[in-house]
Amino acid sequence: MSAAGFASQFLQFAIALALAPLLVGWVNQCRAWLQNKSAPSLMLPYWTIRKLFAKDAVVAEGASPIFRITPYIVFGAMCCAAAIVPSLATDLPFARAADAIALVGLFALARVFIALAAMDIGTAFGSLGARREMFVGFLAEPALLMVLFTASLISGSTSLPTIVDTLAHREFGIYPSLAFAGVAFTMVSLAENARIPVDNPATHLELTMIHEAMILEYSARHLALIEWAAALKLFNYSCIGLALFFPFGIAAGGDWSAVLGAVPVLIGKLAIGGFLLALIETLSAKMRIFRAPEFLGTAFLLAVLAMLVNQLLGS
Amino acid sequence: MNPTPLALVVTAIVAWLAIGTLGLLQPRNLRFISRALFPAGAAVALALAVVAGSTVSSLPQSMVLPLGLPDLPFHLRLDSLSAFFLLLLGATSVAISLFSAGYFRSSEGTAPGVICFQYHAYVAAMALVLLADDAYVFMVAWETMALTSFFLVTTEHRIPEIRRAGFLYLLIAHVGAIAILLCFGVLQGGSGDYTFGSMRSMILPGAWSTVAFLLALVGFGAKAGLLPLHIWLPEAHPAAPSPVSAMMSGVMLKTAIYGILRVVFDLLNGQLWWWGVVALALGLVTALFGVIFAAVQTDMKRLLAYSSIENIGIIVAGIGLAILFKAYGKTLLAAITLTAVLYHALNHALYKSLLFLATGSVLHATKERSLGKLGGLIHRMPWVAWLALVGTLAIAGIPPLNGFVSEWLLLQAFLFTPSLPQSFVNMLVPLAAAALVLTAALTAYVMVKFYGVIFLGRPRESNLAYAKDAGPFERAALAYLAAGCIGLGVIPVNVIQFIDPINVMLIGSTASRQISDNWLLLAPINADRSSYSPLIVLVVIVGVVLLTMAIVHRVYHGRVRRSAPWDCGFPLQTPRMQDTAEGFGQPIRQVFEAFFRIERELPSPFDLAPRYSVKIDDHLWHWLYLPIARSAEFLARIAGLIQQGRISVYLTYSFCTLLALLFFVR
Repeated sequence: MSAAGFASQFLQFAIALALAPLLVGWVNQCRAWLQNKSAPSLMLPYWTIRKLFAKDAVVAEGASPIFRITPYIVFGAMCCAAAIVPSLATDLPFARAADAIALVGLFALARVFIALAAMDIGTAFGSLGARREMFVGFLAEPALLMVLFTASLISGSTSLPTIVDTLAHREFGIYPSLAFAGVAFTMVSLAENARIPVDNPATHLELTMIHEAMILEYSARHLALIEWAAALKLFNYSCIGLALFFPFGIAAGGDWSAVLGAVPVLIGKLAIGGFLLALIETLSAKMRIFRAPEFLGTAFLLAVLAMLVNQLLGS
Repeated sequence: MNPTPLALVVTAIVAWLAIGTLGLLQPRNLRFISRALFPAGAAVALALAVVAGSTVSSLPQSMVLPLGLPDLPFHLRLDSLSAFFLLLLGATSVAISLFSAGYFRSSEGTAPGVICFQYHAYVAAMALVLLADDAYVFMVAWETMALTSFFLVTTEHRIPEIRRAGFLYLLIAHVGAIAILLCFGVLQGGSGDYTFGSMRSMILPGAWSTVAFLLALVGFGAKAGLLPLHIWLPEAHPAAPSPVSAMMSGVMLKTAIYGILRVVFDLLNGQLWWWGVVALALGLVTALFGVIFAAVQTDMKRLLAYSSIENIGIIVAGIGLAILFKAYGKTLLAAITLTAVLYHALNHALYKSLLFLATGSVLHATKERSLGKLGGLIHRMPWVAWLALVGTLAIAGIPPLNGFVSEWLLLQAFLFTPSLPQSFVNMLVPLAAAALVLTAALTAYVMVKFYGVIFLGRPRESNLAYAKDAGPFERAALAYLAAGCIGLGVIPVNVIQFIDPINVMLIGSTASRQISDNWLLLAPINADRSSYSPLIVLVVIVGVVLLTMAIVHRVYHGRVRRSAPWDCGFPLQTPRMQDTAEGFGQPIRQVFEAFFRIERELPSPFDLAPRYSVKIDDHLWHWLYLPIARSAEFLARIAGLIQQGRISVYLTYSFCTLLALLFFVR
C-alpha cells in the first residue's frame, strides 16, 4: 500500500465513472453502423444523463422509501465494484477489502435491490421484470463465480489484483480451462448486461423486456443514476473480461508512468471489446425468455467444466 | 466463593423450569404471563448468553448431579463446543422470549400458562442437551426437547391438520432418537460405561466407528432435516406458533448440528475421508432440494421451513468438508472450514429467527399465512418490514451482512481443496462448489420473492389496510436480531477469534492466527490469497450513497412529484394483476420440473367458471414414505389374520406355543 497505490486507485475509479457512458455510446454507435443505421452521437449517454438530472422526479403513488433509495444503492454498489476490478493497475488498496467473491456479492446487492424496487410499485410489469431478472441472475451469478474460481485456482488466490498479476506474468501457454471460462464469461456478460440474446436494451416491447420492465417507473435523477449504474456495470464486466483473459498492459507496481501508459491501452481494448459486443448483438436474435435458462445453463456448465479441466490437467 | 460457570448455567436451567412452573399456577392470567414470565425468561436467556460467551475460551468443567436412577447420576460438562451452542441458544432465545411476551394471546388452543411451561421446559431441555456428558442425560434431555416441542407445535390442537403435522414430527423425531440411542450403544464399545468420557477414550474397530458415524448422521439428520428425513419440517413449522417456529428453526436444528459435531469430532477417534464425502454430498443435495422447494412455496412459513432445510444442508456440507480435511491431516484447513460451519450456524439462528418472528407479526396483523393474500405491508407495518429487510438481505448472502461472511469462508475452504492428495476428491470439489454457489444464488431468488410479495407492492386484499404494526416487545426482539445480523456481518475477525477455541478442541489447530492479521481485514492464510473487509465495504457504499445524494440534491434539486403509476394505457389496474407467489416461483418450477410432483388443474377455454389449481408435492412422499406406510398396513393385516376371535383358536395357539417351548428346553 503506497501513495501511488491510492493515486492509481483514484485514477482508475475516476476513469471508470467518466468513461462508462462513453462505452455505452460507443457500443450503440458500432451497432448502428453494423445495422446500416445512422449512428447517434457518441456523447448521447452523457446528454441523456444530464437531461435526466435536471428534470423533476416523478414517483408513483404508493412507492415506499425502498423505491427511492434503490438508485443510490445500485450506483454505490457499482462504484464499489469499479474500484475493485483492476483495469489500470494491480496495486489497488481498496481491492483488499473485497475479493472476487465479494465482487459477485456486490452485483447481487444491486440486483436484489433493483428487483425489490421493481416490485415496490405493485404493477404487473414491475413484478414481471423482477421475476425475470432474478431468474436470469440465479444462473448467471453462479456461472460468473465459477469463472472467477477457475481463475483463482490457476493463481491460487481470490484477490483480483493477485489473479491479474499471476495471469499477466505467467509464461505463455494455452490454458484449456481459460478457454472454456472465456466462453462462459462472454455468455454471462451478455445476460447480466441485458444484451441480446437474453434481453434487448433498445426495446420497450412489454413482452420481451427484463431490465427495462424493472425500471419502467423510474424518472429523472433516479433514472439517471440507474442508467449510469448500468453503464458502469457494462464497464465493470468488460474490465473483468479484459483483466482475466487479456491482462497485458495493466500496470503491476506503483509506477506512475506505467499507470498512465495503461490508460490508452485500456481505452483501446475497450473499443475493440465494445465493437465485438455490438457485433454479437447484431448477429444474434433475441430468444424467448424460457430459452434463457438453456443459454445460461450452458454458460454455467462450461464454467464448471473449466474448473474440472483445470483440476484434471493441473494449472 | 464465586460460582463456576457450569453452576451458573445449571442455575439458569432451573430458573427456566421455575418460570415455566409459575405459569402453570395461573394458566389463564395472560397479563402475568406475558408481562412478567416471558420477560423474566428473556433475562435468564441473556444471563446464560453472557456466561456461555465468557466460557468459550475456558477449560472444560464437569459436574455430577445426584439425580436420576440410583446408579446413573447426571454427568454434566461445559466445554468450548457446548459453551458456543449455549451462547447461540441464549442469544437467540432472548429475542424469542421477548417476542413471545407480546405474541401469545388467549386462543382456542392451549392456555397461555401451559404454553409458558412448555416453552420454558423446551428451552431448558435444549440447554441440558448441550451440557450432557453421558448418553443417559443426553437422551432424557433430547426426548424432553422432542416432547415439549411436540406440544408446542400442536398449540392449536383443535385443527386436524395441525394434529397431523404434530404426529409426523413426533414420528420422525423418534426414528431419529432410536438411531441416536443405537449410536451411543455402538460408541460405548462393550464397556457398558455410557459417559462421554469413556467413549472418548474408547478406540473402536474401523467398521464400528463407521456404523456409529452413519447412525449419528441419520439420528441427528432426522432432527436437523437432512434428506430424506426432512418431511416433518415443512409441516411442523407452519403449524407451530411463530416464536416456536423460530425456536425450532433457529435453535433446535442447531442442537442436531451440535450432536453431529460432538459425535464425529469429539467422541469418535479419527475420521475416515469418505465420511466427509458422504456428508458433503448429502448436505449439498439437501441444500439444493430445500432451496428449489422454497422457491415454489406459497405459504410464508413453509417457504422459511424449506429455507431452513437448505441452510442445514449447507452446514452439513461444511462439516463434510471439515471431515475431509481432518482425515487428510490438513488441520488448518479443517479449522477454517469448521469456523465457517459454526459461523453459519450462528448466522442462521439469528436471521431465521428474525424472519420467522416477522412472519409471526404479519400473521397477527393480517390473520393470513398465504403469500397470495398479502402485499404492501411496508406501508402499514414499517418496523417489521424494515427489520425483516435486514434478515432478508442477510439470508440472501448479500455483503456486508452476516450471511455473506460464512458463505465467503466456506467458498474459500472449497478453493483450498486442490491440495488434497486424492484426485477423485479433487474432481468432486468443483461440482460441490458449483452446487453451493447455485444454492446461494437461488436463495436470493427465494428471498426476493418472500420479501417482495409480503411487504412490497399493493395490498392484495382489502383487509390489509387495517394491519397494525408490531407492539414494543416484538419490535425490540426484531431490532435486537437485526442488529445481530449487522454486527456479525461487519466484525467477522472478532467473531472468528471468539470461535477459535472450538477449533483447538475439535481439530487441534487454530484458525485464528491465519485468518486475521488485523481486526479490520479478514484474510485466511494470507492477504495476498484472499481478503475481505465488510466494514470498509459498508463504509464505502454508505459513503458513496450519501455523497451522491448530497451532490445530486445540491447541484440539481430534490423536487419530487407523485403521480399514478404508468398503466400502459389500460386504466383498469387492480392489485391482483401483480405477480402472485405462484407466478414468481413459476420459472423455477418450470426449470426444475423433475424435482416436483405436480398436480395441475387447468380450465378449458370454454369453462364458464374457470378454475386453476396446482399442487406441488415432494416425490419422496410417494417414493419412500407412502410405500413404507402401505407395507406397515399390509403387515398389520397379515398379523390380523391370526386373530380369529374364537377361544378354541387361541387355545390352539397356546398349545402350539407350549409344544414349541418344550421342544427348545428339552
